[in-house]
Amino acid sequence: MIRGHNEDAVFANPNQGLVILADGMGGYNAGEVASGMATMLLSTELEVAFTAKSPYEVDKKSGLLHGSRSILDKVALANSAIYKTAESQPQYAGMGTTLVMALFCDNQVTVAHIGDSRLYRLRGEEFGAITRDHSLLQEQIDSGMISVEEARYSQNKNLVTRALGVDPEVETEMHDFAVQAGDIYLLCSDGLNDMVEDEEIQMTLQMLSANLELAATQLIQMANDNGGRDNVSVILVKVLHEFPAMRSWWSKLMAWFKQGQKRWLS
Amino acid sequence: MAKLILSMDGLVLKEILLTKERTSIGRKASNDIQIDNLAISGEHAAVVTILNDSFLEDLNSTNGTLVNSQPVKKHFLKNGDVIELGKYKLKYVAEPSQQADAPDFEKTMLLRPGTMKQAAATSPEALAKAYNDAQTGQISPPAPAASPATTAPKAIILGAIQILSGANAGREMELTKTLTTLGKPGVQVAVIAKRPHGYFITHVEGAQFPSINGQLIDAQARQLNDHDVVEIAGIKMEFFLKN
Repeated sequence: MIRGHNEDAVFANPNQGLVILADGMGGYNAGEVASGMATMLLSTELEVAFTAKSPYEVDKKSGLLHGSRSILDKVALANSAIYKTAESQPQYAGMGTTLVMALFCDNQVTVAHIGDSRLYRLRGEEFGAITRDHSLLQEQIDSGMISVEEARYSQNKNLVTRALGVDPEVETEMHDFAVQAGDIYLLCSDGLNDMVEDEEIQMTLQMLSANLELAATQLIQMANDNGGRDNVSVILVKVLHEFPAMRSWWSKLMAWFKQGQKRWLS
Repeated sequence: MAKLILSMDGLVLKEILLTKERTSIGRKASNDIQIDNLAISGEHAAVVTILNDSFLEDLNSTNGTLVNSQPVKKHFLKNGDVIELGKYKLKYVAEPSQQADAPDFEKTMLLRPGTMKQAAATSPEALAKAYNDAQTGQISPPAPAASPATTAPKAIILGAIQILSGANAGREMELTKTLTTLGKPGVQVAVIAKRPHGYFITHVEGAQFPSINGQLIDAQARQLNDHDVVEIAGIKMEFFLKN
């Protein structure tokens, strides 16, 4: 199947250590609108928030880090903006989007996600998703109804149980992870992991770690070669060295980003 | 809609559409699929269907339930699975390819709580409708000329590299993996990608780019032709097709 437009939206700012990926849903171009609104709103709002106060400072009211606090607040804001647009404009009724985002700060990464877009981590020989999909399939796996092996053959892919902008309020799943120099992080829409096995993704990242741009292109090409019918978006982040807070954390993280978008040639 | 085809000794007895969330199989008349045979337990097994997936469960039957000749307690049904109860066979046929009749299937959709129950408990039409509801919002018209990229034939070609110079001269290496890297990490590395329509070489790292038949390539991927001579990190090698 060929879809004439891209419902994915991506944002990356290496200076701020912020990456965002959204995979929209909804008829006509509503999916694009939802994912576009999510990345746009979150990136601009968070930029303002982090300019006012560094993300590693502690928010006195909640006890959370300012970075985490801001993510929760701004995701809620984006949710209500998308929801209101969908409510007020009939052509956008019911639109929504998945979201996966990562903030690298003070040798940590704060990962927030909603839906089935994923964040994977490659650390040495270890590779795997560190987000858990909010999807029917994941619920079935968790309940023991279906094994991970069987899940590959499931016809119930792409059914998310949580999305941004479809209800007045949304629950954001957020976790912090320690970061090590040499780690590679991959954010992707389901167009990639539905089509390319984890082992193949791992092999690609390991072999092409010296050239992330090529790795991103290669991953998208593999999804398309395997018959990918969905949009495929990936963001790759490589941690070159440690980035402790106190000493201008933003200049410590030098990361390469590559946004890949599926081309509609075939 | 997935279905079960009931047969005995190769004779098709009937077809049962899996419209219900739970379809019971057994000797008693209360079952959705009644098989009146003493080898079948009163309540022998059940098939639970959730949207497009079905699961078979043996209800501690006396004689057991087999799937593809293997005894099972609980089994995720795949298209073509054959369930055996005594002398009876039930073939599971999944819904015909979603890609063909539902071009929007690959789209990410939201599943709202409640949708599933409503879908499972009612008719096929209601199921279809629930599906559309689950898509939240309008459904775009089928894309024109919807031909999945899957139609491209898988590569049956096999390429290989033979080293022509340096310490390993004469060594041959088959390119069976999706990706093969060549060169010296930190100095010069290139990668050969195996794709459905051939082999492609791309520069990965290093100031020096690889050359093909004496000509330097740029950052773009280049398709390799039979007997191309590639030079990477000072080592010459020949690419050739094995079949």
